[in-house]
Amino acid sequence: MIDLEHIHRDFQVGDQFVHALDDVTLHIDAGDYVSIMGPSGSGKSTLLNIIGLLDRPTGGTYRLNGRDVTDLSDAEQAHVRNREIGFVFQAFHLVPRLTAFENVELPLILAGMEPAERQERVREALEAMGLTARARHKPDQLSGGQRQRVAIARATVTRPNVILADEPTGNLDHTSGGEVVRTLEALNAQGIALIVVTHDPLVGERARRQLHMLDGRLHRDVSGHAPA
Amino acid sequence: MRLHSRDAAVFAWGALRGYPARTGLMLLAMAIGVAAVVVLTALGEGARRYVVGEFSALGTNLLIVIPGRSETGGFSPSTLMGETPRDLTIADAEALTRSVNVRRVAPLNVGQSEVSWGGRSREVVIIGATHEYLAIRKWKLGQGQFLPVAKWDRAIPVAVIGGRIRREIFGPHRALGEWLRIGDRRYRVVGILASKGRSIGVDVEDLVIIPVASAQQLFNTPSLFRILVEARSREAIAPAKRFVIETLQRRHQGVKDVTVITQDAVLATFDKILGALTYAVGGIAAISLAVAGILIMNVMLVAVSQRTAEIGLLKALGASRQEITVLILTEAGLLSATGALGGLLLGLLGNGLIRRVLPVLPAQTPLWALLSAIGVAVLTGLLFSILPARRAARLDPVLALSRR
Repeated sequence: MIDLEHIHRDFQVGDQFVHALDDVTLHIDAGDYVSIMGPSGSGKSTLLNIIGLLDRPTGGTYRLNGRDVTDLSDAEQAHVRNREIGFVFQAFHLVPRLTAFENVELPLILAGMEPAERQERVREALEAMGLTARARHKPDQLSGGQRQRVAIARATVTRPNVILADEPTGNLDHTSGGEVVRTLEALNAQGIALIVVTHDPLVGERARRQLHMLDGRLHRDVSGHAPA
Repeated sequence: MRLHSRDAAVFAWGALRGYPARTGLMLLAMAIGVAAVVVLTALGEGARRYVVGEFSALGTNLLIVIPGRSETGGFSPSTLMGETPRDLTIADAEALTRSVNVRRVAPLNVGQSEVSWGGRSREVVIIGATHEYLAIRKWKLGQGQFLPVAKWDRAIPVAVIGGRIRREIFGPHRALGEWLRIGDRRYRVVGILASKGRSIGVDVEDLVIIPVASAQQLFNTPSLFRILVEARSREAIAPAKRFVIETLQRRHQGVKDVTVITQDAVLATFDKILGALTYAVGGIAAISLAVAGILIMNVMLVAVSQRTAEIGLLKALGASRQEITVLILTEAGLLSATGALGGLLLGLLGNGLIRRVLPVLPAQTPLWALLSAIGVAVLTGLLFSILPARRAARLDPVLALSRR
């Protein structure tokens, strides 16, 4: 599903080039569960951003579902993000003035979906997260775990085939963090590919496939570990 | 773009309501700008209407014949004093009645004299006129009669007085039928003018009207101050003017020595001047709209940097640059439209207040000013938001989302 070939991402800092990603070639299957681990600055977030089309590689090609998305226009990339990718962030990134319902509705609004259809989809997504009773609550009336589940509902409401989670448990305590991980794994069990960036080994080791990054390169690729 | 404009409006409206202080201040700035345009143009327009109204009360079909030739037709001291070799006479005025285009003619003399009765005296304006004068000036009589219909060169000793003269000179006593002393002569009071009549430069309350021939005796002059000619209709003004000039030229041995001012032309000039004034004032007020526009730009820039994470999020959720631009511009458009509407209400309220405090000034904003105030407000709001919107559209989502 995701095909990265010789991906480079260089930043210029002053007159020095920093190789955030250095010749990364990676294939991820549809429905897989992958964790990306590594120390700070190893390039794991950059890799996730490139997979999520939030960042463009400076070299190499990226194929998503067989389509070359490396050089798509801004509008086309936005469309792909909207349709095929769901994001979950460490800081949740819920819009504070909108209710849980409205936050989940946002990607559908951007997709240009009709209101009646939107209502139905949002209700389903919130119900799947067990948040039906919280639909009219604003983010500041929700606990951290609930906020992240609203964010997951938002990521899944467009029915993407991959969810990219950047430190999804980083701002949560152990209990709600575990709950969020199990929620994401349940989605993966339904066939949505899950890619999690984390530096928490307890979270990372649950993945079927574990990628370790170091200095912008894929350092280790461990497969075959069944989720607990 | 896949985003529906209706959804964009709802989202933008929510964003505005999410920051009430910021939104309130911007609405205020925009509203004040628009209200300034509305009120100031209303004042200009009010002044214009006031003057036009005054002239219309005088009669727009009026020709004023002034002795002396003045190329510019202005009110120079010499035309007012009538310093000319050949005077206008009562016979000249009578000659002017002989045209189908002329409805009424009134020869006029004006002077100042002391009037007295029963030991009280007062210095007032004396107008020498004829029976027709009342109708030409569209004045009303309060009591008694106006000057009698008589041959114009007959010096009948009668007088019509203004309301204040009646009060000041006669007090509680009956004025009609009394002999009023003007200068060294006596005149019987036959009528009292109603106070309602209004006219530019003449206070109806404070004057005395006597027959024109009597005034000539009183001021010891054979000439006239001017002749008022009322044309039969608006269309008759031009032929009447030609007739007046030709007749007087013939009577004055072929010399063109009078000036004919048409009320219409004077009115048109005032109309033009005051119209220009309204535009100018409106333009000055529009500057405050531009200031409001710049304010909107600054606040939208702040809004964009305040909401960096939100914009980054929208990008991650599938908003293109174009859609981000549209969202920000929608926000600015809603803001300026709402502010403009508020300003409109504020301005109309101000107009009402002005009309209440100054009833003579019909303060009413012309439609073009209303429409352009709103148009300029919304346009500047949008124009000055292009920069913030572009900045938002160009935000790097990775950086935007990593900030917190």
